[in-house]
Amino acid sequence: MLYRETGQFKTTYAADMAVFPLRQDRIGLAVILAAALTLPFVAGEYMLSAVMIPLLIFALATIGLNLLVGYTGLLSLGTAGFMGVGAYACYKLTTFFPDVNIVVWILVSGFFSAGVGALFGLPSLRIKGFYLAVATLAAQFFLQWCFTRIPWLYNNNISGAIEVPGRTLFGEFVTGPNASAEMRYLVVLAVVALLTWIASNLVHGRIGRSWMAVRDMDIAAELIGIRLLPTKLLAFAVSSFYCGVAGALMVFLWYGSAEPEVFSINQSFLILFMVIIGGLGSLIGSFFGAALIYVLPIALKAVPPLFGLSIAAATVEHMTFMIVGALIIGFLIAEPHGLARLWQTGKQKLRTWPFPY
Amino acid sequence: MTILYAIFVDPFVQMAGAPDLLVQALWDGLVSGVLYALIALGFVLIFKASGVFNFAQGIMVVFAALTLVGLHEKGVPAFLALALTVAVMFVLAVGVERVVLRPLVNQPDIILFIATFGLTYFLIGFGELIFGGNPKAMITDQLFLPRGVVDVPMLGGMVSFQKIDIAAAIIASLMVAGLAVFFQNTRIGRALRAVADSHKAALSVGISLNQIWVIVWFAAGLVALAAGIMWGARSEVSFALEIIALKALPVLVLGGLTSVPGAIIGGLIIGVGEKLGEFYWGPLVGGGIESWLAYFIALAVLLVRPQGLFGEKIIERI
Repeated sequence: MLYRETGQFKTTYAADMAVFPLRQDRIGLAVILAAALTLPFVAGEYMLSAVMIPLLIFALATIGLNLLVGYTGLLSLGTAGFMGVGAYACYKLTTFFPDVNIVVWILVSGFFSAGVGALFGLPSLRIKGFYLAVATLAAQFFLQWCFTRIPWLYNNNISGAIEVPGRTLFGEFVTGPNASAEMRYLVVLAVVALLTWIASNLVHGRIGRSWMAVRDMDIAAELIGIRLLPTKLLAFAVSSFYCGVAGALMVFLWYGSAEPEVFSINQSFLILFMVIIGGLGSLIGSFFGAALIYVLPIALKAVPPLFGLSIAAATVEHMTFMIVGALIIGFLIAEPHGLARLWQTGKQKLRTWPFPY
Repeated sequence: MTILYAIFVDPFVQMAGAPDLLVQALWDGLVSGVLYALIALGFVLIFKASGVFNFAQGIMVVFAALTLVGLHEKGVPAFLALALTVAVMFVLAVGVERVVLRPLVNQPDIILFIATFGLTYFLIGFGELIFGGNPKAMITDQLFLPRGVVDVPMLGGMVSFQKIDIAAAIIASLMVAGLAVFFQNTRIGRALRAVADSHKAALSVGISLNQIWVIVWFAAGLVALAAGIMWGARSEVSFALEIIALKALPVLVLGGLTSVPGAIIGGLIIGVGEKLGEFYWGPLVGGGIESWLAYFIALAVLLVRPQGLFGEKIIERI
């Protein structure tokens, strides 16, 4: 009843092509944003720093990988490496220029990641499919090796890890041990919202369409006048930019310190799961996927105590692995197009409700 | 200049100066190459027959080895444990076909790829739940696998060969030969090749795809078991072996995803390449380059031949 386009007339082409053509969608988005903004006032410290912040950061990385895998059709397994480049670049930048605002450096570090991403994207012109995926593993392992073996990157710390210094924004600590969860959450939210908005505009515009043309068939795309090299490299660069910013956020606003292990191949796989489970080629799916895959193990660990069962921690760990694996398979069988497709179906059902179609 | 000398001249001077060390490095490389090849072989079998890029192959290696050792720990005699492990691999093949492949037939490659990730996680959890997460020693003696070292004086030095490595090389060659005969000369082998060529054509002449998939996954499971025993005998059995599965990926693309000889030759190239690289060029950059060298070798070959050394030529049409 409420969710229906009846009476909303579009009089311009721009209105017809709008990202949110329905008034109800726009209201819904405003409500979600308002809820996200008021969350720090109602939710506790744990909710913010252990659930919401990681979730938003993973969503950002997932959007980054989705731009590459879902929109451009280039399979990459080097995500964590590119995230690491962002984190280490941000660390070096804020070491050299401590007076510049940390949020500026977090965003700028994305450009370093973009550069590295474009470099490792070069083979994509010649190598395709799974062959390309393995080629991007070269980036993953090489970058991780750099993080371990080049002491300059972590300021020659004896521990070999990044220790995030305290930095302020508007007189409040945003990074380091003194930062409050609320402040960190709000900064992450702002960055993620901004970058999601930019991504949404990218994929709805000329650039996004050329990416999708390349995804659907690159030879045909070339024939209709899309230059493959700049398009693919741009996809790698933009994707890596998002991953880099996500990596910087992850280390500076979530972990507080990071070892190279944080950017291991498993992190790359995790983000790829989020892309697939969320839905290839969907921004909102990226949020869903990140939420599901990140929250699932936490929720599974919380289940046995609810029933008063006391199971050894190791057993819970193993069960979690098994259940996550089984759920991934089950989910792919039930809905290979991901949560985004479920969302679409749900919205469509809602529009025609109470009639079936 | 010194850098150029260190990169292009010095390693070769070292090689010529101590040929026994070179032979040792070559042998070590060849042996790990054989084992990479064994894992890659499992990938190729499945990719050819079902078009699935089976990420779980590496975990199947560990899972098979773990089942074998775990059963033996529970008091089952070694060879009975071996037979039971074979049975477990068969059950796994049937299960995968029923639960994963059949419902996902005709889905895009990447979906099947991710499904094998799910399988990987499941097997890790299942294996650790039943047999525990601690590393275990492979039951080399009980399976009558040789142990110890043979030292051969050669080129003015001593080159030591692990007996288990020699056994691994022999068993691997036997397996490859057996697979070749199986593919070329048996009814099922011909059916497998037919499926690899074209699913539709194979279906139309009455070959059951489901049956074939079970057979291939079972064959891949057996290869995994052999690889697991060998790797387990060299180090120990634990899920840390997962990392070697990732090493099999460059081997695979180097040789070509669909080629059995490619997997073998790719394995040898990667094995020897990374050992020599680590030994002679590694110290220049602080060592540890083994972790990524294999991928760069594969990348370099792919840039010249995008379908790998022996892969089918990729023809694209509008």
